[in-house]
Amino acid sequence: MSNDHVSNLMKGHMETLATEGKRADGRGINEYREVKIEIGMLNTAEGSAMVHLGKTKVLCGIKMLIGRPYGDSPKSGTMMTSTELAPLADQSFDPGPPREQSIELSRVVDRGIRESRMIDFEGLCIEEGEKVWTVFIDLHILDNNGNLFDCCTLAAAAALSNAKIPNVQHGVADKDVDLPVNCWPISCTFGKLGDSVILDPTSEEEGVMSARFTVAHDENGNLRAAQKGMNGAFTDSEIREAVKTARTSDNVLREALKGIQ
Amino acid sequence: MAGQTDMKLIKNGVRLDGRKPDELREVKIVAGVLDNADGSCYLEWGNNKVYAGVFGPMECHPRHKQKADRAIVQARYTMAPFSVNDRKRPGYDRRSTEISYIASQAFERVVMVEEFPKASIRVDMQVVEAHAGTRCAAITAASVALADAGIPMRDMIPACASGKVNDVVVLDLNKEEDNYGQADLPLAIIPSTGEVVLLQLDGHLTPDEFEQAMDLATSGCMDLYEKMRNALDNRYGGSA
Repeated sequence: MSNDHVSNLMKGHMETLATEGKRADGRGINEYREVKIEIGMLNTAEGSAMVHLGKTKVLCGIKMLIGRPYGDSPKSGTMMTSTELAPLADQSFDPGPPREQSIELSRVVDRGIRESRMIDFEGLCIEEGEKVWTVFIDLHILDNNGNLFDCCTLAAAAALSNAKIPNVQHGVADKDVDLPVNCWPISCTFGKLGDSVILDPTSEEEGVMSARFTVAHDENGNLRAAQKGMNGAFTDSEIREAVKTARTSDNVLREALKGIQ
Repeated sequence: MAGQTDMKLIKNGVRLDGRKPDELREVKIVAGVLDNADGSCYLEWGNNKVYAGVFGPMECHPRHKQKADRAIVQARYTMAPFSVNDRKRPGYDRRSTEISYIASQAFERVVMVEEFPKASIRVDMQVVEAHAGTRCAAITAASVALADAGIPMRDMIPACASGKVNDVVVLDLNKEEDNYGQADLPLAIIPSTGEVVLLQLDGHLTPDEFEQAMDLATSGCMDLYEKMRNALDNRYGGSA
């Protein structure tokens, strides 16, 4: 997802700024860009949300269909997360089947939602062993300006929060009900820029950073999912420090999410 | 991580397979087991069985993936259809694509890629029997295979997971613990610098448990590192 074309001059500039605790766009190193969440703009979807993180824009739609449960969990609903890096979002995105980057992105977002048990899967059972609801989380990137990981997790959480189970359409019951939601996972993504660690990288910063680290917490401050990406490395203490920073910095996103409920 | 179970996976401080919480399963590593590959490794980790083979540096295909100033590492992780109880559909799925991608990136940190512009180093990891922890087994085996191929590297990268079962932080989850445990944290480090090149987590860990899990996985990696060096020592003699 990174932008390959950032000049060495700019790279040096951004690294120097970071050592002074500053960013090219004027933010501090542990500061998020402005977050804006809108929900329920799509009528055809069971739930929907659009999240703006700075100039990054992600639209998430939830669809629910009746499917068969997995053999090892006959009473649980299932979920599936996909991301579409649409060519209109970034010059470097190509059309075609999902590539490694988009698969990694979907799977990290998926783990954040799944492992936090945000969705009450037991509540999605219609007929044990036969029929359960499958929740499809489809994320469309409309504008890539960096940190798709956090923006997508936020969009998925926001869209799930206003999703209704389409009982009427599928003849399951005579009333649509809210999708049962247990908790609120939030992911925080850091980049290694030179020897500094920055929160919420822009695509320009992604183009020069060497490694990425994403960690998702629930609202009780417990870890639910994490992933280190890209071909650089973090020191052990940078990882532990980032996890601590995430617990305080994710408040901005939590507040934004609370604002829509 | 199913995470919801009353299943007792630890009784009186002993796990179902008889291990203590901080104990690795038995690991056997043999370097240089395949003829065609430039470097190879066979690894048994508990009941996991993995082959790794390395080719290159060689011309990078497809061409558009070439980097003008360095080589790329093309790692491929695959699970054989017969490696699990239900037959697995052969070929690439989303899980193996993700593992291959993050493993490639982890290796690019240690391989001296800047010495081979435009080239590709192919790392193939084939799991033939899977019992939890196969990505760590595959990455560990591939590191040995890279060394066996004589690819210039800064270090090898051992990979080992820690996790949580019955509210206890444990090292190296087995199949039951992976299925019914509460968290899984695979970690790969560069032993000489302590840098983290691969980290994933799924499940539920409190901040304190996370610190413990990091400590445990790191010590597991260091134990493995010793075994990896021994494997090379056995093949090439002298002190690796």
